Amino acid sequence: MFKLALRNLTKTYGDVTAVNQVTLDIQEGEFVSLLGPSGCGKTTTLRMIAGFIAPTDGIIEMDGQVLSSPKAMMPPERRQMSMIFQSYAIWPNMTVAENVGFGLKLRKLPAEEIKRRTADILEVVHMGQLAGRYPAELSGGQQQRVALARSIVVKPSILLLDEPLSNLDANLREEMRFEIRRLHDEFRITTVYVTHDQGEAMVTSDRIAVMNAGRIEQVDDPYTLYNKPRTRFVAGFIGRTNFLEGRRERDAVVFDGFTLHTDAFAGPAGDGSGAVTLSVRPQSMKLHGNAPGNPDGRCVIQGKVVERAYLGEHWDYGIAPNGSGVQLRVTALPIEVHDVGAAVWVEFDPAQVAVIA
Amino acid sequence: MATSSETAMGQGTVRRGLSTALLRVRFFEPASILWVLLILFLLFLVASPFAHLLVVSFEKTGGDGFTLANYVTAYSRSRYLDGLRNSLMLGLATAVVCVAFALPMAWAVSRTNMPAKWLVWGTVLGAFILPPYLTAIGWILLAGPNAGWLNRMWMAITGAESGLFDIYTFTGIVLVIALNAFPYVFLFTKSALDLVSTEMEEAANILGANAWQATWKVTLPLIWPAILGSIIIVFLEAIALFGVPALLGIPARINFVTTQLWEFFGFPLRMEVAAAYSMPLLLITLLLIYAQRLLLSRKGYVSQTGKGGERRPIDIGPWRFVLLGYCTLIGVLAVAAPAYVIVQASFSKAWGRAMSWDNFTVIHYWQILFEQSMTQQAIMNSFMFAAAAAFLAIGLALAIAYLVTRRLVPWGNVLAFLCMAPFVIPGIILAIGFYAAYATPPVALYGTATLMILAFAARFLPIAYATSAAGMRSINPEMEEAVRILGGGRLTAIRAVVAPLLKKTLLGGWLLVFIPATRELSAAIFLVGPQTRVMSVLIYDMSEEGNFELVSALGGIILIATSFFVWLGFKLVGRDFMLRGR
Repeated sequence: MFKLALRNLTKTYGDVTAVNQVTLDIQEGEFVSLLGPSGCGKTTTLRMIAGFIAPTDGIIEMDGQVLSSPKAMMPPERRQMSMIFQSYAIWPNMTVAENVGFGLKLRKLPAEEIKRRTADILEVVHMGQLAGRYPAELSGGQQQRVALARSIVVKPSILLLDEPLSNLDANLREEMRFEIRRLHDEFRITTVYVTHDQGEAMVTSDRIAVMNAGRIEQVDDPYTLYNKPRTRFVAGFIGRTNFLEGRRERDAVVFDGFTLHTDAFAGPAGDGSGAVTLSVRPQSMKLHGNAPGNPDGRCVIQGKVVERAYLGEHWDYGIAPNGSGVQLRVTALPIEVHDVGAAVWVEFDPAQVAVIA
Repeated sequence: MATSSETAMGQGTVRRGLSTALLRVRFFEPASILWVLLILFLLFLVASPFAHLLVVSFEKTGGDGFTLANYVTAYSRSRYLDGLRNSLMLGLATAVVCVAFALPMAWAVSRTNMPAKWLVWGTVLGAFILPPYLTAIGWILLAGPNAGWLNRMWMAITGAESGLFDIYTFTGIVLVIALNAFPYVFLFTKSALDLVSTEMEEAANILGANAWQATWKVTLPLIWPAILGSIIIVFLEAIALFGVPALLGIPARINFVTTQLWEFFGFPLRMEVAAAYSMPLLLITLLLIYAQRLLLSRKGYVSQTGKGGERRPIDIGPWRFVLLGYCTLIGVLAVAAPAYVIVQASFSKAWGRAMSWDNFTVIHYWQILFEQSMTQQAIMNSFMFAAAAAFLAIGLALAIAYLVTRRLVPWGNVLAFLCMAPFVIPGIILAIGFYAAYATPPVALYGTATLMILAFAARFLPIAYATSAAGMRSINPEMEEAVRILGGGRLTAIRAVVAPLLKKTLLGGWLLVFIPATRELSAAIFLVGPQTRVMSVLIYDMSEEGNFELVSALGGIILIATSFFVWLGFKLVGRDFMLRGR
């Protein structure tokens, strides 16, 4: 049985479909991110899981029990979850310790235990010395830690995070994403994390559900998601890529001006009409100044450098294959210098090419 | 994976079909019952009196049967029509005089280097503290024919046979109301002036306009909507006022709508005719409020920059002393003189005699506070009713503001409208509606404290609502959601987070309802019974008997109490607390 299951979850506002037939299963102890651009329905989905929004269609189950359906909805306070909000929602009328202890108080635990567990969790998030402070006296990062402590201390069945790092500055954001993962490794709370930042999702998550226009496009672990995107949207949203559109002809795929042999890359798909789109990451291609020897079994095409930029960590080249209107974006190590106008040979690594349609 | 999820879905469907009703009961939020009760109470408080007013105006005397006779009666006698015409004239004249009083003051404070600007603020505050009927009584003592102070001074100086002034005239009534209502124009105009940046005037200067031309051609047109808006407010205040027209107009036999309504409520009681007769007042009010909204919604016209820009006071040279003199004069006429004569009379054996030790006495205060049970009861009633009404209004307003801002119920806008509706219903008409709805059987609340408290709560509900709604909008909903996801219900969230965060707002709102409710006259006078008299009503009754020393002592108590609570508001809530909710 899954810890949390979304079945055809749908939410419409008038004519607008915010969340469209979302189905997702989450295992006990798993950390899953909902990743997508703003307006893709990820926050609406999260708020439906929390019980703040009733679904238009579909159901939400936890441990096999229905929490939400269009007909009845368990109010959020009975779901045993906890949540970290974009604004942190630290109550300004309570001290740090009172904020953290509030959920325990609602669970009617003895005062002794509340005190002990509050102190323990504040140590875990490195906020022990600030227990008596009021939120107005804390920095953004410290408030974030209070919010984390407050939602973890109650040992929730599921932890929900709604873009928790979007209000922090860049350095702190970097630090806090590792902190969130560390806390997850320590407490193993089933977690749903909403973000529009792929870096955050990839650092923190066991699996990432990429959402677009209310639908889930793909759910996979970060490695698979990056290297084997299944849709054009996923390939484009996670990292930079080149889209190559071609036609399948017997044992080869023919592109505008050049050809790649199909037996070179695995899992050739296609809808039968023969049209094929490949996603090739800029760093997965290798540039050669001279024709590489023994091209058998490898895909190499010849082209010309049309533009380049040096970014310190790497070169960014624009390559036009000979006789083609396509332009490839290729990154190369700083030592691989090619002048604009020079002839180059581009070598594809078949293992790093993804067929997306 | 595919199979397992299909099975889970199948189970889900079965469970769903079986137990939807059960789930609804189990997932029910107890707060929902409270919401329904609150909405019903709001309808009871605001919608029902208004509906009764309309229905009663078409009813035959004593109950059932549709008739138009009330309207025929109400508009057939020239005396009644005079009342209508006089009220309209009164509103217009008062508005014009108020602009004449307040516009120079607002300009002086906002734009010039006039010294002693605190004097103007003191005058405005004083005019708010003095209820209109006390200003009227002050002016009776000052400018009553023959006996008034000013008249006696005039006779003493010139040796004339009779006095110069008579406050019991149409002009006198206009003057008294304007001296009490000009702060509306002042505040509106000043805040508009504050938004006109100096750069706009300098732009005119650089093109060759002198300071006078820049003010006249640039600044004044920019604040014109604000002036018009405040004229409307003053007009509505004046036509809905009962105290001043009753104290000064009835002896002079000048009829107004409000005093005529009072007459219909005399013996024999003609409530149905009163309801019919109040319709023009109601319609005019609705129309003008609507017009005012239109006027002020064209915001871009008032402030081009929004942030106001930089403002440097204009140096008006020696003219600043002329302006200061004018402001001082109005301060004296509006606040200092009437307040002084009231205090003086309250400590005098006979108010007509000069201030001296053998005329000094505290007997009136002693009587009011310790001897006469009627005044003791009225003072207690005033504060208890006002406090109860303030709690009721703030409680209801906060709950409704919560429902509306959190979108917990459909038609939230209608609820908000109902809360603000009493703002456009003159107090006197609200009182007639309350009388029609709840004073008579089957509810039969006439003469009870409940009726007074409900009426005060309804009358000042808009102030409470505006304050509460502004407070609610300042609280991020995530603050409450954080409580709920951790296991607290909605009511827990309100108790633990919303209420503490709104503490100041609620205290300010409470005082803003409490202060005017302690001195309310125009609704109270229609609803009081023998046991529920309040200070304001007593002041009106006693001044009819001509006992101005006792009246002044009672007025003195109102002034002290009001000043204390205003001070408390400044202290606890902040200096701008009087301006909130308006």
